[in-house]
Amino acid sequence: MNAAPVSPVPTEVDLQTVFEPTVIGFTCNWCSYRAADLAGTARTKYPPNVRLIRLMCSGRLDPAFVLKAFAEGADAVMITGCHPGECHYIEQNLKALRRFRLLRRTLEALGIEPQRVQLVWASAAEGVHIAAEIARVTDEVRALGPLDWPADAAADTGINLDSAWEATGGQEAELAPAEAEQAPEADR
Amino acid sequence: MSPLPTTKPKLAIFGAASCGGCDIAIVNIHEHILEVAAVFDIVLWPTVTDGKYSDIEAMADGEITVSLINGSMRTDETVHLARLLRRKSQFLVAFGSCASEGCIPGLANLSSREQILDTVYSTDSTENPDRVRPRWQVGIPEGVLDLPEFEPMLRTLDQVVDVDYTIPGCPPESDQIWAVLQALVAALDGTGPLPPRGSILGAGDSTVCDECERKRDVKRINKFVRITSQASFDPEICLLEQGLPCNGPATRNGCGAKCPAAGAPCIGCYGPAEGAADFGARLMSAYASVIQADKPEAIDAALNGIVDPAGQFYRFSLAHSLLRGSRAAWKTDGEH
Repeated sequence: MNAAPVSPVPTEVDLQTVFEPTVIGFTCNWCSYRAADLAGTARTKYPPNVRLIRLMCSGRLDPAFVLKAFAEGADAVMITGCHPGECHYIEQNLKALRRFRLLRRTLEALGIEPQRVQLVWASAAEGVHIAAEIARVTDEVRALGPLDWPADAAADTGINLDSAWEATGGQEAELAPAEAEQAPEADR
Repeated sequence: MSPLPTTKPKLAIFGAASCGGCDIAIVNIHEHILEVAAVFDIVLWPTVTDGKYSDIEAMADGEITVSLINGSMRTDETVHLARLLRRKSQFLVAFGSCASEGCIPGLANLSSREQILDTVYSTDSTENPDRVRPRWQVGIPEGVLDLPEFEPMLRTLDQVVDVDYTIPGCPPESDQIWAVLQALVAALDGTGPLPPRGSILGAGDSTVCDECERKRDVKRINKFVRITSQASFDPEICLLEQGLPCNGPATRNGCGAKCPAAGAPCIGCYGPAEGAADFGARLMSAYASVIQADKPEAIDAALNGIVDPAGQFYRFSLAHSLLRGSRAAWKTDGEH
């Protein structure tokens, strides 16, 4: 798949009946975020279903981020990073790969289909590729239907993620795109 | 009828859906229990005393100084009693793993209510020709009986009422229980500080690994294995680095790391470590970090040694995890 398939403009009927999944996409600062950025610069279209969140590295992805996304209503999560061997932090993307394989097994045991968590590698030059992958994941999840995790699952756990992250030394900075903007960017 | 009036602070100990192990752990403070009885007026402790629910209902709000609730919220009766004790108590303590994170009974949240009832009442080995199922209302000649309803999802105490303190452990270690009781007595006397609300009492703020004597190096593993004999494992090296699924990296310390010291992997009964938003997530990260492989097939081969991921990662904490249960269980909850 070289070019991103572009969905036809939905009619008013489609908008009411077609299920539009919410996909949370975790990107890494050095490759996949730049790929998505390149797709934007090059006007390569990809579905607006994806909400991209920039981390410094796919290795920063705590499985709790994925669980929280599902608990708060996401239908799917895309984990994206540099190709193996090209990680800015040497091999942290391989840690992400191991976590992803393990997380997917656990989620399957909880009744969440494997297609709802997908791992995609994309280099900074692969804008068309990441746009196509976002479209593919969105289509697959649209076919699966909504996950519909109850809204009170996250609210009612008694777990305060914010305070939990503060307790680990305020590492939540890497979560917030606004904070990530201030990270040193060597090639700008 | 009613006990003689006393000016002693009142203590209630109540077990919801639990195994009774927490009550045993309290009694295991041995003769110190006499000091507890000397300081407190024990108004309710179904395992040990004969306090009645009606006595509690007759009390003024906040009349009980401390309530220790163990066990999880499984039926509407336990939920009702938790709310009653919350109203009557100044301090409500989630005591033990069931009350604080669901524990073993919380694994019921992997299945729908229907699946659970099928397993109990309709398996091939169950003698139940009339297909009897529990009912929450039963008509008898004298009228209609309301029986405790088995709720679709098991909940932890803090998902039902506000909790002031949590004492983790399955069960909490008796020396930790005694230390907490002494600290509470000191606080009531004004001779010691009152812990801030929301505190975890009777445990550390690090991980089991921190207390574990075993040596850790950078060894990576090729597969996870199950213990078949002690002889095949090094007595001094970290169990996880020998391929045994040890839950120490995600588990709060406070137990003294007794299991790994005895050669058995930590099972995680002291709940998530400080700062771990989700026990399973923390543990998945830890397990992924010790795997040597970096190709998907080889990673999967290593992971095949973990035969029951949900049970391994959420053995004690499923009901208090971010997802709280399986999709099947939530589906029943929605239909409820």
